[in-house]
Amino acid sequence: MSLDVTTPPTLPTAFDEARRQMEICNACRYCEGYCSVFPAMTRQKAFADGDLTQMANLCHNCRGCYYACQYTEPHEFALNVPAALGAVRQESWERLIRPRAVARLMQSHGVALVGVLVASVAAIIWVMATFAPASGDGFYAYMAHATMVAVFVPAFIAPLAIIALAIRAYWREVGGGQVGLRHLWQACLDAGQLRNLSGGQGQGCNFEKGDRPSDRRRLWHQAVMWGFLLCFAATSSATIMHYVLGLEAPYPLVSIPKLLGVPGGLMMVVGAGGLVHLKLRADPALGVPRVWGGEMAFVLLLGFVAASGLILYALTGTGAVRAVLALHLASVLALFVLMPYSKMVHGFFRFTALVAEAVGKERAEKAG
Amino acid sequence: MTDLSQPFDIAVIGGGNAALCAAITAAETGARVLILESAPKTYRGGNSRHTRNFRCKHDAPMSPLTDSYGEDEYFDDLMLVTKGITDEALARLTIRSSEECLPWMEAHGVRFQPSLSGTLSLSRTNAFFLGGGKALVNAYYNTAQDLGVQVAYEAEVLHVHLDGDHITELRVLYEGREQTVTARAFVLASGGFQADLEWLARAWGPAAKNFLIRGTPYNRGVVLRDMIDQGAETVGDPTQCHAVAIDGRAPKYDGGIVTRLDCVPFSIVVNRDGERFYDEGEDVWPKRYAIWGRLVAGQPDQVGYSVIDHKSIDLFMPSVFPPVKADTIPELAGKLGLEPEALTRTVETFNAACQEGTFFPTEKDGLSTRGLNIPKTNWARPIDTPPFYGYQLRPGVTFTYLGLKVDHSAQVQGVDGPIHNLWAAGEIMAGSILGQGYLAGFGMTIGTVFGRIAGKEAAAHVA
Repeated sequence: MSLDVTTPPTLPTAFDEARRQMEICNACRYCEGYCSVFPAMTRQKAFADGDLTQMANLCHNCRGCYYACQYTEPHEFALNVPAALGAVRQESWERLIRPRAVARLMQSHGVALVGVLVASVAAIIWVMATFAPASGDGFYAYMAHATMVAVFVPAFIAPLAIIALAIRAYWREVGGGQVGLRHLWQACLDAGQLRNLSGGQGQGCNFEKGDRPSDRRRLWHQAVMWGFLLCFAATSSATIMHYVLGLEAPYPLVSIPKLLGVPGGLMMVVGAGGLVHLKLRADPALGVPRVWGGEMAFVLLLGFVAASGLILYALTGTGAVRAVLALHLASVLALFVLMPYSKMVHGFFRFTALVAEAVGKERAEKAG
Repeated sequence: MTDLSQPFDIAVIGGGNAALCAAITAAETGARVLILESAPKTYRGGNSRHTRNFRCKHDAPMSPLTDSYGEDEYFDDLMLVTKGITDEALARLTIRSSEECLPWMEAHGVRFQPSLSGTLSLSRTNAFFLGGGKALVNAYYNTAQDLGVQVAYEAEVLHVHLDGDHITELRVLYEGREQTVTARAFVLASGGFQADLEWLARAWGPAAKNFLIRGTPYNRGVVLRDMIDQGAETVGDPTQCHAVAIDGRAPKYDGGIVTRLDCVPFSIVVNRDGERFYDEGEDVWPKRYAIWGRLVAGQPDQVGYSVIDHKSIDLFMPSVFPPVKADTIPELAGKLGLEPEALTRTVETFNAACQEGTFFPTEKDGLSTRGLNIPKTNWARPIDTPPFYGYQLRPGVTFTYLGLKVDHSAQVQGVDGPIHNLWAAGEIMAGSILGQGYLAGFGMTIGTVFGRIAGKEAAAHVA
C-alpha cells in the first residue's frame, strides 16, 4: 500500500504523476504480458522515486499498454503510461548526466544538435588546415593518423566517463544491488532481441499504427543498433590491425574492417530512415513531446554519420574526398561528444535498467 | 461518418464482444454488415472493455490454460453460482462451444497471456486476454474493418421495428438526427440496463441512486425495453442485478476492475452506525465477493466500512485509492465519518471474541470468533495493531439479469413464436443461462458463443 511515500517538495512533478498512474495500474495488471515494466511493478505496493526511475528506463515506449488501457482519457483516471514513464525517464537522464543544463538543452532541441555538428565541422576543418600532414596515404593524406587519435580518443573517452558517472548514480538511485554475469547475459539477450519492444509475443508495438500492432519499429531499431555495433567493431578491428599487426588503412573491400563496416553502415542508413519515417507517423502525445526535435535530430545524425562514411568510401581516390572526409569526421565527432547529451544515452540507461531488472526479478523469485 | 441510408444485409446493434463476434462471423460469409455502437469510439466495446478473461472448457492444456476443465465440472461450477437458475441445454451448449471459441479468437486477433499475478487460482479455467478486454475489442474492430464491416459510433438505436414476425427497420439517432436503417437481418447485442439508474430505482427503490455502476454508462437498456414493450419474451429476474462491494470513492460509472476491494475477509465490516452485519470470514474471497454488493445495499445509506489493522495491510491486492489511516480506532472513526464510541465498542467486542490459533490467509483457517451474534468464522484476528485502516464500501453494479429469451440458435422469441430475422447475443440474453450469481469469465463466454451463433444464423438468413 502506498502509504509512506514522502515526496520532498523539490522533486519534479513527473514522479508524482507516474506514481499516481502506476498505483492505478497496480490495481489492474491487465498489461502484465506486454513487457517487463508491469511484472516489475507488481513486485511493489508503494513506489519510491528510485522504483519509478527504474520502471521508466525499463519502458521501451512500445505503447501497447496505452491502447489496451480502459482508463485513458476521457476517463477521469486519465492514464497515459508511456508518456508518464517517458517524462520520468527523460528527466532521469537530464538529472544524472552532468552538466545538467547541457543535457537538458541538447535533449530538447534539435537545433542545438545541429549547432554541435556545425561546430564540429569547423573544428575538423581547422584541424585539417592547421595540422596538415606532410605526407600520407588515403585519408591520412588529409589528416595524419596521430592527429585523428589526438582528436577522437579524448572526444570518445570523456563522454564515456560522464556516462559512467551517471550510470553509477543511477544504480544508487534505483537500488540496483549485486550484479552477476548471468544478469549481464540476461540484459544482453533482452537488448539484443529488443524483447520489450516485441509486444510480449512478437506482434510488435503500437508505435505508428495506433491500436494495430506493428513490428517495424523493432526491425528498424535492430538495423540501427546492430549496424552501429558492426561499425564499432569495424573501427575496433582497424585499430588492432593498425597497432598490433602494423597494417595501416586504407583497407581493401575484402578486409575485416570493410566487411564489418560496409554492411553496418548500410544497416544504419536504412534503419535510421525507417525510424524517421515511423516517428513522423507516431502520436507525439504518447512520448515526451518536448524532446521530439532532439530525438529526430539524433536519428538523422546517426543516419548522416553512416551515409557520409559510405559515400566517403565510394569516392575514394576522387577530389571530393577532402570535403566529404571533413563532414564525416565532423559528424562522428559530434556523435561522440553528444553521447551523454542526446538520445544516444538511452542505450546506456536502458541496458542498466535491464540488468537491474534481471537482479530484481531474481531477488523476488528467491524471496518467493 | 458512416452512410446509414445504404442497404445492409445485417445490422448489429451494440459494439462489444458479442456484437463484434456476430459481425465478424457474418462478414466472413460475404454479408454487408453494419455495427451501430452507441458509445463514442474512445468508449467503444461496452462492458467488454473492462473484462479480462474467458472461461473455457478444455480436455487438455490449451494456449494459456493449464491441465483440463471438463464439461461436467464447468457445469457444476455454474450450478453452484446460479443455484440451478439456468437453462441446462443452453448452458451446456455454451460450455461445449467455448473450447472451439478460443482458437477462433486467436485467429481473429485476440492474444492471451498467462494468468495474472494474484489470480493463479484461475489459470486452469480462465484464459486471460493480453492487455485485457479493451485490447480484445481493438483487435476485433480491426478484424471487422479488414472484412469491410462498417461501424457507426455514437449511433443510438431508439426503436427496432417489429412487423408481425420480423423486423423491418431501425430508428437510429445519429449525427444529431433520427435516421432509418434497413437491413434483412438484425442482431441485438446491446447489453443490459444497469446504467439506467431510473430503471434500477424502479426495481430496487430509491436506494439504487447510491449504487455505483462498474461498467459502461452506455448500457441503458433502450433496445431491451423497446423489445419488451413489443412483446418479446423475457428471461431473468427483472429486479436483480449483480453487484459487488467496491471502493465508495469509485467514479459513478466505468470504474472497472481497479475499484474492487479484496480486504473484507481480513477486516470487520461495519455499517453507518458502526455495527457489524455479516460474517466477513464466511469463505475465501473469490467465493464471497459477489454477495457483498447486496449486503452493503441492504444497509442504511447503502454504505459499509471495512476496517483492518497493520497486520493485514499487505495481504490483498492494492486498491486504487489509498485507505483512510489513523493511529487509534476513535481517530479512524472520525475520519470515516462514524461515531467513535460505536466503532470502538464494536472493535473491542470483536477483539474480545477472537481466539488463539493459526492464521492462514490463503485458505479457510477456522480462526473464528466465539460468542458473537454475528460471528466471523475465519481469519478472525483482533484489530489491535496500529496504524488502522478503513475503506468505504458501496454496491457496484456489474450487470442486470433481465434479458431476452433465446433458443439454441440465438433467435429472439416474440409473442407468437420466433422473430424470423432477429437474433440476440451477449448480456441482453445472458439471463437465459446465468439466472443468478456470476462465474468469472462466463459473460465473455456467453457473448462469444452466442455472438458467433447469431452471426452465423443471420448470415445464413440473408445468403
